[in-house]
Amino acid sequence: MAGDIFEVRVQAEPFDAPAEAARLSSGRTDVGALVTFTGLCRADAGEAPLTALVLEHYPGMAEEEITRHLEEARRRWPLQGAVIIHRFGRIVPGAPIVMVATASAHRAAAFAAAEFLMDWLKTGAPFWKKEERGAAATGGWVAAKSSDDDAAARWNDPAKAGER
Amino acid sequence: MRILYFAWLRERVGVAEEELDPPAAVVSVADLARWLAARDEAHAAAFTDPKVVRAALDRRHVKPDAPIAGAREVAFFPPMTGG
Repeated sequence: MAGDIFEVRVQAEPFDAPAEAARLSSGRTDVGALVTFTGLCRADAGEAPLTALVLEHYPGMAEEEITRHLEEARRRWPLQGAVIIHRFGRIVPGAPIVMVATASAHRAAAFAAAEFLMDWLKTGAPFWKKEERGAAATGGWVAAKSSDDDAAARWNDPAKAGER
Repeated sequence: MRILYFAWLRERVGVAEEELDPPAAVVSVADLARWLAARDEAHAAAFTDPKVVRAALDRRHVKPDAPIAGAREVAFFPPMTGG
């Protein structure tokens, strides 16, 4: 319907996740469920603690790939809106990296679509994290996790996807 | 043909992108990776382990056997770690 917001943004700037999510239900009365996930840069202990993550991305493809997954989510669930924001550049611990907000009439669709989108963002969106550690700002590229591949792959199985 | 590299592939090759004209015998994405690896030591270092190299043709994920004919932009990169 008119007023539905479906938005994908790839940006260096921080974002205000609650304010972004609030736009999805603002001025309307038919939204029954609003789910927001925010992924933050997490500090860790160790001899050379993490000082920042530097995110590289593939300009153009990043936006297109996320948009393709959003279109797939809209085919699977009756969404009334969605905002997906993914940052690139240098991000310090505690700062937001990514957000997915989904709006629907009922919670099942909003929860499932948000989880589907995050699972695919982790394995399909062209972003790469490099760690910055310690005073010398050393650190390597973050390795992909097979658990992330498994989380994304389960959405390919109609039976399993239907359980969620 | 425009070839792009990201993350540690970019670091190993030494450039983010290059314009190359592969010969006709280079048919698939895997062929292109092998042809690039044979160019010099830097390229060889980037393509040491083909299993950890992913590719996109004109900004869409593809498998190694995808034909490159007609593509304007080919990108090589490690498994993604966004989100």
